[in-house]
Amino acid sequence: MKRMSQSVEATGDSDAIAVERTLAGDRDAFRVLVERHSRNVFRLAYRMTGNQHDAEEVVQEAFLRAYQKLAQFAARANFGTWVYRIAANYAIDRMRQRTNEDAQREPVGRMSEDGIERDPASLVADAAPSPERLAQSEQLAIHMRRALNELTPAERTAFVMRHWGGSGIEEIAEALKSSSSAAKNTVFRSVQKLRRSLEPFVERRGQAKAMGSEL
Amino acid sequence: MKHPNEEELIAYHGGEVLQRDTIASHLSDCPECREELERIDAVLAALGTMTVPEPGADYGQRVWQQIAPQLPEKRARWWNFAAGGGFTTGWLEPRRWVAVGALAAVVIVAFLAGRVTKQVPSDPTVADESKVRERVLIMAVGEHLGRSEMVLVELGNVEPANAKQKQVNISSERRRAEDLLEENRLYRQTALEQGDTALATVLDELERVLLDVAHSPGEVTPAQLENIRQHIESRGILFKVRVVGQELQQRTQSPAVPANPSGSTKLERNKI
Repeated sequence: MKRMSQSVEATGDSDAIAVERTLAGDRDAFRVLVERHSRNVFRLAYRMTGNQHDAEEVVQEAFLRAYQKLAQFAARANFGTWVYRIAANYAIDRMRQRTNEDAQREPVGRMSEDGIERDPASLVADAAPSPERLAQSEQLAIHMRRALNELTPAERTAFVMRHWGGSGIEEIAEALKSSSSAAKNTVFRSVQKLRRSLEPFVERRGQAKAMGSEL
Repeated sequence: MKHPNEEELIAYHGGEVLQRDTIASHLSDCPECREELERIDAVLAALGTMTVPEPGADYGQRVWQQIAPQLPEKRARWWNFAAGGGFTTGWLEPRRWVAVGALAAVVIVAFLAGRVTKQVPSDPTVADESKVRERVLIMAVGEHLGRSEMVLVELGNVEPANAKQKQVNISSERRRAEDLLEENRLYRQTALEQGDTALATVLDELERVLLDVAHSPGEVTPAQLENIRQHIESRGILFKVRVVGQELQQRTQSPAVPANPSGSTKLERNKI
């Protein structure tokens, strides 16, 4: 069975086949779609929410919603893009809800002083550089998380989709439920805000090269 | 041209913007704007280094395990039944006959459950209603196994139309396997309810093979086709289907066959 699933995955149109099978009443066919796209949706969700717990919740909810709305997908071409957009929509709602909740209570649990969960992977990612360099990049990571956290849910969504997800303006507009020009403006505003927050801490590539190393 | 504004430079960095050539030309002559673009690039490049925790190789499986219990069964859309051409031409296709078989299976299972016979006045010539029901099931399952065998045999014989063709079209077999699946599930459940575990076991194995075929792409490479064939062969399902099919046929031709669940026919099948 596993080998057969792999052969299905190997084909470009297998998403459409799995969708068709699910709509025909074969619930297990949806498993192929979940297993194939979960990691990609998780990456988006983590970048949008900034923490693993919320990201995992977004992934589950996105696939549950995709299953419920699958009949609406029939005419669309790419399941991966579709479920990605569902996840983005839900993540915006989740972030807005989180913002409201945070406004009403003190940060708890694993949140750090800047209110953002530490990503353990980021602590080991730059293990090779010198202690000064390590401290510098950890500082930068804190600034970047803080800057992302200061964006509105719509700005963060627009930025994540555009610069990490490679989504087009139309796709972002659909996720934000706005016009293309509004979405374009939201992308611009997000980059502008991030620039204002991070430029003092970031070396330009030319400067870094001149110093003999790169970020 | 005048200096591009921040929005235009950010859009230029993102690969968008009209007048791309004009801005590129301006940048080559304007150190000030180049420096501005470098600052934008530095911030975005730094953000690009942010990592995402690795959720694990089995993450997709975990997500499935978490959501699967919450997914309701979807009912097949009725228009799938008549899809693939006009109504009249559709019924002439092989898969339509399989669909007819599936409908017949539903009727037969309903009959076996007593939903039909309860409305028919009792006939004194019918000595044992349970024997009649068993006979109906035997005939229906025999026909179902015959159609399934045909699909499996065709999969064993299908070849590319010519040597240059890299894909083999098995869409017809795949569609028929899809339709046989539903029918198979009904018969398997009925066999289980009637205590015929040997028949239920063979139908269960057949269901797995049909499921695999139904999940395959419409066009496969010769290597993928070989995988499917090996999968069928490794289970020996074709042999089992033939043996059980022949056995059921003999039972329908012999009115003296006892309905005793511990009869010899079930013992023979248990040896498969």
